[in-house]
Amino acid sequence: MKIKASALGALAMAAVVTAALPGAAQNDQGEKPSFLRNEYQAVKPEKANPLTELISGYFFRSRETQALQDDDFLNPGFLWVEQGQDLWSKPEGEAGKSCADCHQDAAATMKGVGASYPKVQPDGKLANLEGRINLCRTQYMKAPELKYDSDPLLALTAYVRHQSRGMPVKVAIDGTAAPYFEKGKEFYYTRRGQLDFSCASCHETNYGHYLRADFLSQGQSNGFPTYRLKWQKLGSLHRRLEGCVQDTRGETFKRGSEEFLALELYLAWRGQGLPVETPSVRQ
Amino acid sequence: MIAETMARGMTRRTVLTGMGVVTVLGFAGAGPGLAATAAYEEELAKVLQGRTAKDGRITIDVPQIAENGNTVPLTVTVDSPMTESDFVKTVTVFADGNPRPEVAVFHFSPLSGRASAAIRMRMATTQNIVAIAEMSDGSLYQQSAQVKVTIGGCGG
Amino acid sequence: MSTAVKPRVKAPAKASKGEIFEVKTLVNHEMESGQRKDRQGAVIPRKIIKKFTARYNGRVVFSCDWYPSISSNPYLAFNIKADESGTIQYVWEDDDGTLYEAESKLAVN
Repeated sequence: MKIKASALGALAMAAVVTAALPGAAQNDQGEKPSFLRNEYQAVKPEKANPLTELISGYFFRSRETQALQDDDFLNPGFLWVEQGQDLWSKPEGEAGKSCADCHQDAAATMKGVGASYPKVQPDGKLANLEGRINLCRTQYMKAPELKYDSDPLLALTAYVRHQSRGMPVKVAIDGTAAPYFEKGKEFYYTRRGQLDFSCASCHETNYGHYLRADFLSQGQSNGFPTYRLKWQKLGSLHRRLEGCVQDTRGETFKRGSEEFLALELYLAWRGQGLPVETPSVRQ
Repeated sequence: MIAETMARGMTRRTVLTGMGVVTVLGFAGAGPGLAATAAYEEELAKVLQGRTAKDGRITIDVPQIAENGNTVPLTVTVDSPMTESDFVKTVTVFADGNPRPEVAVFHFSPLSGRASAAIRMRMATTQNIVAIAEMSDGSLYQQSAQVKVTIGGCGG
Repeated sequence: MSTAVKPRVKAPAKASKGEIFEVKTLVNHEMESGQRKDRQGAVIPRKIIKKFTARYNGRVVFSCDWYPSISSNPYLAFNIKADESGTIQYVWEDDDGTLYEAESKLAVN
């Protein structure tokens, strides 16, 4: 747990251990999560953060899953990023405008934007990237909102967030954002469902341990939208949160709801400093 | 018969190294401790057409434990010179515990250069991946590898 | 993805004569297995890519048949031996007969 291999070191080791036994499966250590192999990179959190080290979900996964993220060609999340790139310059709505008409080249104008969301908007309400994209559509493009977790909204969200890949997550939690932050924090520590679990029960107290067959991560959000092997497609953070709440056997909230938005802000802060990985690949 | 009796008391490590023996005799039954479906036996028979597959020449590269059964990476490689007179014609891949056991059939040619292909596949449960290679002279080779599929917990 | 199917291909532009190179492909396709049911309990009809073919200057150098056990957004990697300059054509055939196509150019020296 104390040994921190550099990301490069971890990659190099991953490359070495791919040789299979003739005709048979790999050795017993091959698919252990990176965290248990002491091959992970941690970021030092800010003082107020309850975690002593910040670790991306990437390091809680097996080599096979990591390999899918390491190579942009192997990573199926890029199918959405590429679709987002096409949509960026496609005019939609009565105003006849595309994203590019106002924001030009996303590689320049969107750099860092995805790392700073969710963010309080001029109307005083907290919005995540999905919300901000829909706000642009209804206000400026005069186009209908895109449905949460629809392919076009996932594609645009992933494309915008991808422009911040490698940049540290950094969100504002003061001023008008403060009440949302408090609400998100309260959500995080509230026990819910028949299992009486809070987010912290798994992701603060027990990360790095198995819960039945699941290896618990810190529940960091820096990789979203993520290509999840289980979903066999890209999915939003709120889709994952919905699954988490359902796993406590509790009543969940809607994707895009104020509850999940507040939690998204709090989660971003808990992972402040971790690099954006969008589109990441998870199990 | 001898191999099947031995298999019961084997550790996983010995089963892996001995798997070739087990599967050669094991067409009528599955690998140790795993139930192959009747559909698999049927499809396998179609490929074999009464012939016998020899052990060896095939390498199956799969994770021993898959984090999720929906997307399991698989690479299958057959040792062959891949010349006009000696090459691998087809490799058929089965998942012996899936509702539909056929996964893929790869058709190679001398211009493939190397008899190797990689895909990602769905696995309903822990089971054996079986690959049958047919060479240009009509001879057959077979290999199998077990993949444990993680199910349960709270994957959301 | 419910949007247009668009294959991605990664193949070298140059190779020496006799060199064996790897081609990697990825297609956005749901590969609906025909095993799943919708919320009303009705079986969702199978819709998969069932065949892939690679032609090198018109010659079939590699092909494969796919079944419902292939994952969504199917990935495929295979090899080709370079023998002459030209075009490699890649075709994916859907259950409904639709063909998805891509190609790459190869210069052999």
